Amino acid sequence: MSDALSLETVGLTKRFGAFTALDAVSIKVRAGSLHALLGENGAGKSTLVKCVMGYYHADDGDVLIGDRGQEIGSPRAAAALGLGMVYQHFTLVPNMSVAENLLLASGKVPAVVDWKAERAKMTRFMDSMPFRVPLDRPISALAIGEKQKVEILKQLYLDRRLLILDEPTSVLTPDEADEVLGFLRGLVDQGRLTIVMISHKLREIYAYAEEVSVLRQGKLVGAGRTADLAAPELTRMMVGVETLAQPAARAPKPAGDVVLDASGLVAADDRGRRALDGASLAVRAGEILGLAGVSGNGQRELVEILAGQRDPEAGAVKVHGERYAADRAAARKHKVVCLPEEPLKNASVPTMSVAENLALRRFDLAPMARGPWLSDGAIRRAAEKLIGEYRIRTRSPATPIAELSGGNVQRTVLARDLSEEIDLLVVANPCFGLDVKATAEIRAALVAQRNKGAAILLVSEDLDEILELSDRVAVIASGKIAYEAPIAAADRQEIGKRMVAH
Amino acid sequence: MAAVAETSGEAASPTRGAWALDRDRLGAIAEAIAIPLIALLAGAALFALFMLATGYDPVEVYALIWAGGFGSSFSWSNTLLRAAPLLLTALYTAVPARLGLVVIGNEGALVLGGVAAAGIGFALAGAPAAVAIVAMGLAGMLAGGIWVALAGALRHFRGVNETISSLLLSYLAIALMNHLVEGPLRDPASLNKPSTGHIGDGFMLGALPGTDIHVGLAIGIVVCLICHVLIRHTRTGFAMRVVGGNPAAARLAGLGVGPLLIGACFLGGAAAGLAGMIEVAAVHGRANASLAVGYGYTGILVAFLARHNALAIVPVAILLGGIGASSGLLQRRLDLPDASVLVLQGLLFVAILASETLRGRLRPYFSGR
Repeated sequence: MSDALSLETVGLTKRFGAFTALDAVSIKVRAGSLHALLGENGAGKSTLVKCVMGYYHADDGDVLIGDRGQEIGSPRAAAALGLGMVYQHFTLVPNMSVAENLLLASGKVPAVVDWKAERAKMTRFMDSMPFRVPLDRPISALAIGEKQKVEILKQLYLDRRLLILDEPTSVLTPDEADEVLGFLRGLVDQGRLTIVMISHKLREIYAYAEEVSVLRQGKLVGAGRTADLAAPELTRMMVGVETLAQPAARAPKPAGDVVLDASGLVAADDRGRRALDGASLAVRAGEILGLAGVSGNGQRELVEILAGQRDPEAGAVKVHGERYAADRAAARKHKVVCLPEEPLKNASVPTMSVAENLALRRFDLAPMARGPWLSDGAIRRAAEKLIGEYRIRTRSPATPIAELSGGNVQRTVLARDLSEEIDLLVVANPCFGLDVKATAEIRAALVAQRNKGAAILLVSEDLDEILELSDRVAVIASGKIAYEAPIAAADRQEIGKRMVAH
Repeated sequence: MAAVAETSGEAASPTRGAWALDRDRLGAIAEAIAIPLIALLAGAALFALFMLATGYDPVEVYALIWAGGFGSSFSWSNTLLRAAPLLLTALYTAVPARLGLVVIGNEGALVLGGVAAAGIGFALAGAPAAVAIVAMGLAGMLAGGIWVALAGALRHFRGVNETISSLLLSYLAIALMNHLVEGPLRDPASLNKPSTGHIGDGFMLGALPGTDIHVGLAIGIVVCLICHVLIRHTRTGFAMRVVGGNPAAARLAGLGVGPLLIGACFLGGAAAGLAGMIEVAAVHGRANASLAVGYGYTGILVAFLARHNALAIVPVAILLGGIGASSGLLQRRLDLPDASVLVLQGLLFVAILASETLRGRLRPYFSGR
């Protein structure tokens, strides 16, 4: 295997029309180092790495790979130089085996595959790796952490010398993240690889990166050794002078009546396997119940049932002591609001405008509807108000929501849903993929709802988030509630054990 | 590109925001017009190549298509007569398409609507004309609507692909018509061409004042307008667009996805059934195999060309009506086979399907970003 490559950008500038996404950014990544790229959503991190990878052509500035200026015209050219990238989302073919995916990644699949030779080569490669993934296993049978490892193995198999990782741990549990990052750190230490890692997680940056560059609004606002930069300083660089939303002080009042009472829920997942197996839980007014668990243990199905997107096979959902039908009338009567994960996919209509998406809950009520007729004016005015209040960055209310950045889609959905009066709020991974500032805002909004007396079920794969926000903690494993404790008595070790026990 | 949306919006002052809105909308509208236009031109160019290859002069062919479709008041009236059923059969595909369904059994719904209308009209002989005509219209709409609602229900409750089921239901409908006109509903006097009994001249729809064109054209345009208003300006239409854009979000909002899906299918089928009723009550006077002459299939093409916009269906139906109307002239002057305009239609359809890949790529040019 060849040696690590250095990367340097000199005055890299990229404009989209009148908007400057990257403004003369110069960063320096030493060969054989792990360099973190930090910044808010829309700060220009993705634009920067896409310029390096040949997806975008910079308007100005140079990219130096291994100290030589390179004209990288396409991702193919980048690959030829030994550059590789691991994306935030998986790029594996789920119904093919690990070996087939490795072969596919090379981009040159011969008409007839000499599997014997390929297998020998792959086995040799796997033997040189500190962790192994079974070559014959189909991707769909792998756990999320294993898939992420295959993504990385795929790049290493192609002999990459500089690897760019776009939020590599966003789908991983903390333990899995440590395993993957530890492995990569090892490769860097052996001098085989240089890594540029886009991340929001300060903990990982401090644990694994030796240097960091911070972008804000397309400009490089700070860089240095992680050892020399304290966390508050990094955060300040990232968000600028604006201060982070502080979580509203938790009003220390006892929880009220039971609002949500789900008992004995049984449901199958999309493939017909039993995902929920008799899960029961209750949430009281004015408390946040944090539901922790490794993804794929029934959380998604639970949220879908509460959101009316899936019918349970058995069990009952009661809200305010009444059977809850999860339709429009029942949700309105009981003031139930559901915020599923991936809001663009689950909670908004990508083809419709921001204004129409903001109207989704109220379009059939006055003043947005007069009899059977819609009032475009009322929809527009309501949207302008929410866009202002929640600082949604959109060109206009008529812009299709799919054109907004992830953080702003989430803001739009929150603006729509949290501006309602709420008795029961069900949220799933509300801060997934969001930057520090947006995360702080959302967490503050959740605590504010709790203090106003809403019962909140917070389903999250981020244990830190759960421990920070919850009044009570529960763990879901294999479709059952495996642990429940008030926050004061909750024990991180115990929770971790229950998450993986079957 | 996400970054673009984020920051340029932040910089927008209230006045610039209003301006940006117009520019955004204009860009979207310009794209919605440009894509079908490009597709039409590409399809026409392919047909020109086909004509060249078969030894005809494409310039002459297009001149004749123009003359035969739009060159004289006679050709215009021929064109509009053909456009009338297309307006309604196009809605069959266009309305469910707003909910994300692709249903293409237009021909069957038209045929069933025609048979139902003819049956009712024949049975009501002697009743007041207004009553009979309304009853025939309702029967046609009900027959067409229920037939497609079946495909919608199969899709919603059993997950059956609605494209396939609507097409197969359409074949069944045509077979059902053949059975009815050759059996139970057959007029013994119809010897060569089995037909239902004639509904009687008293029940026939008249012509638009001062023209040879029957009122079906006006009905078609009015129904297109109604569908447009329904989809764009009512609560129900909003809910339909939510379902079409993202069924998961529609369920999250507690909207009744099933009733909306099946209702939209019914609506589209009712429009096609009405087309069948008009063909019977304004043209043939009876139901027979002449109902299944392809207005349904051309309706699919109209809906796709109009990008499922009920208003755009009107000009597109007239355009394709004109192309159909010119086939006679092409045959007489150039001895071109009747089917050559079908080749043109087919090429247009392929070009339109291919043009979908341009969606969203032209808008930046139009909105100047």
